Amino acid sequence: MMPNPPELASGASAEAARDVAREAAFDARIAAGESIEPKDWMPERYRKQLIRMMSQHAHSEVVGMLPEGNWITRAPSLRRKMSLIAKVQDEGGHGLYIYCGTETLGVDRHDLVEQLLNGTAKYSSIFNYPTLSWADMGVIGWLVDGAAIVNQTILAKTSYGPYARAMIRICKEENFHKRQGYEIVATLAKGTPAQRAMVQDSVNRFWWPSLMMFGPSDTNSPNSGELRRWKVKRKTNDELRQRFVNLTIPQVQAVGLTVPDPDLAYNATTEDWEFGAIDWAEFNEVVRGNGPCNRERIAARRAAHDNGQWVRAAATAHAEKQAQNKTEAA
Amino acid sequence: MTDSQWPLWEVFTQGDHGEPFEHAGSVHAVDGEQAMQNARDVYARRGEAIHLWVVPAAAIVASAPSDAGPFFDPGNDKPYRHPQFYKAPKGVKVF
Repeated sequence: MMPNPPELASGASAEAARDVAREAAFDARIAAGESIEPKDWMPERYRKQLIRMMSQHAHSEVVGMLPEGNWITRAPSLRRKMSLIAKVQDEGGHGLYIYCGTETLGVDRHDLVEQLLNGTAKYSSIFNYPTLSWADMGVIGWLVDGAAIVNQTILAKTSYGPYARAMIRICKEENFHKRQGYEIVATLAKGTPAQRAMVQDSVNRFWWPSLMMFGPSDTNSPNSGELRRWKVKRKTNDELRQRFVNLTIPQVQAVGLTVPDPDLAYNATTEDWEFGAIDWAEFNEVVRGNGPCNRERIAARRAAHDNGQWVRAAATAHAEKQAQNKTEAA
Repeated sequence: MTDSQWPLWEVFTQGDHGEPFEHAGSVHAVDGEQAMQNARDVYARRGEAIHLWVVPAAAIVASAPSDAGPFFDPGNDKPYRHPQFYKAPKGVKVF
């Protein structure tokens, strides 16, 4: 008996055959370096992985406003205060760019925000550490935004068009964040003994969590293989982490500070700054929700959302009234 | 009281005089006026735009990637619409 030609094959098998063909075409586009756009066909896994990554990224920007917002009223000068407000506003904007990008994959921002508020969404574990001193504002801008830049510079070449475009926009703005942070650090490092001690203490607290921002080691990163194959990720977590350390250590030395790692050593052959073992048990605890500030962050986010309810209600009422006035006037 | 996220608006920015409007991203807003303000706050915090358009996303009609082949085909097989199609006498600078 002759096999059915594809267009006559019935039901599920025809659909499956079509998916195989589509997936092959999709892989070929990725291999050719094409960018994937919202209305293009994509494997369901690709869509799911991107929704996961992008929404976590957007949530991180939004939660990232909290540790810094904490210091706006206590900034030591008007100049510092203006910069910090601008930076925090940028983080809110970054959250919006990425939420919008995520919506192009067919999810509602409303649902993503809901997941953040009910505690089921993940976000960068770094924001679950407390900001105890003014020096933390410098160190966060320098190390945390610095690590984000390393990550996002590569993500700007990711295969999904809307994500890549959001990253290009964000990278430009993060450079300001990093510079203003490093300026704070350098100023304190040249300051009084108490200021020096304060900034060193801050580096001591944020160094390891900053390295953890790049995610689990390649040997233990369940999503990496697939994401690399689809060119969503262009470098591995460990490659990016190493790049960050190599970039940062000279900046640490330039201001006369140290990092809390007795194993740190320069390898002249590889030209890498080799660092000690990361405490993954701590990382996993924070990701699981048991970091120093997980509950506080979500509570603050919920309170902000609830306290903004009347503003949203007022805007809706105003728009309805305007529309009504227009109809009556017509 | 419902907690709506409001309709989606696509944002286009013109970077400088004489430049074309480019798609920048999108915002949620209750009406055009708020969409304009949100677009300014989200996409033009550093002088990236001298003009903005906000368009209800639902009003945009877009070509479908699956039909892109046949849809654009009429323009792809007409090399005579390009100057390179035509021969010029040797040694004459036409351009």
